Amino acid sequence: MSPGTLDKTGTMDKVDLKTLISATADTIAAHADELTALDQAIGDGDHGLNMKRGFEAVRAEAEAFAAKPLPEALKAIGTKLVMTVGGASGPLFGTLFMALGKGISAEPDHANLEAAFGKAIEAVAARGKSQVGQKTMLDVLKPVHDAVLQGKTGAEIADVADNAAAATVPMKALRGRASFLGDRSIGHMDAGGRSVALLVRAVVESIEGQA
Amino acid sequence: MSNVGIVIVSHSPLVAEGTADMVRQMVGDEVPLAWCGGNGHGGLGTNVEAIMGAIDKAWSEAGVAILVDLGGAETNSEMAVEMIGEPRAHKIIVCNAPIVEGAVMAATEASGGASLREVVATAHELSPS
Repeated sequence: MSPGTLDKTGTMDKVDLKTLISATADTIAAHADELTALDQAIGDGDHGLNMKRGFEAVRAEAEAFAAKPLPEALKAIGTKLVMTVGGASGPLFGTLFMALGKGISAEPDHANLEAAFGKAIEAVAARGKSQVGQKTMLDVLKPVHDAVLQGKTGAEIADVADNAAAATVPMKALRGRASFLGDRSIGHMDAGGRSVALLVRAVVESIEGQA
Repeated sequence: MSNVGIVIVSHSPLVAEGTADMVRQMVGDEVPLAWCGGNGHGGLGTNVEAIMGAIDKAWSEAGVAILVDLGGAETNSEMAVEMIGEPRAHKIIVCNAPIVEGAVMAATEASGGASLREVVATAHELSPS
């Protein structure tokens, strides 16, 4: 097992958090216009700009986050997102990272990652008073967690995330601003789900690239 | 002040301020009142830091009732309450009520010295169950 892979048996202590932060901020910045366009179709159209603002704020303090133990770093990143993203995405993505930080150990093995990620998804569901099947970020997070549980490779996990985001297209929104549109929300991808897929791909490619 | 405080959180600073004006017209200075609106960057939206600031401004030992407009205002308000934490968090309640009517009714109830529970119940009566 080489350090820095998602292999089920290994630890992930060799992952450089600064590289991860940079990779996530890069992908959000590169896709900000696309995220905004998705949100304009069935939401209030601020998702891309909000996410970009938040992840750039995290990038600006990457050095300080990377100096902390992983749990503290993730909690601090979550808090930063809550304070800077704005919109409903701030508390939702912020809660994801804060809860992940709460559950993860300083040198997580695969089992710890599985458990912490699962708890973090539950926290997001509670924060948004939502559940799987309502055309939200949960519809991507849950399949990604399943893929992690199944010990899939990073590339497979990233594909699962993309497919899950695409699978939100025919769904009818039952939570968030898009739910106001009812049936008219059908036929558009959920912007939050797309953001999760982008982040997942950036994270796994970054981790495996460091292997 | 011993009366319950009222916080108004809208995506629009104009809506929040206008709602606060309507509350003031009804209750004057008898309830601690604060509002916030906008994403902090000149656009529509809500902002956890601003909500925490408004709660501080309207703080009362009797508690604070928060009136919100759309979903993000509710989610961000709940996040703000969690970040404020105890010992104050249990005295802050995000109401399920229309923002304008809820704020005016809740403040009117609060101005008579009602408890937080009573103030929130008054606002909730405006929402179909």
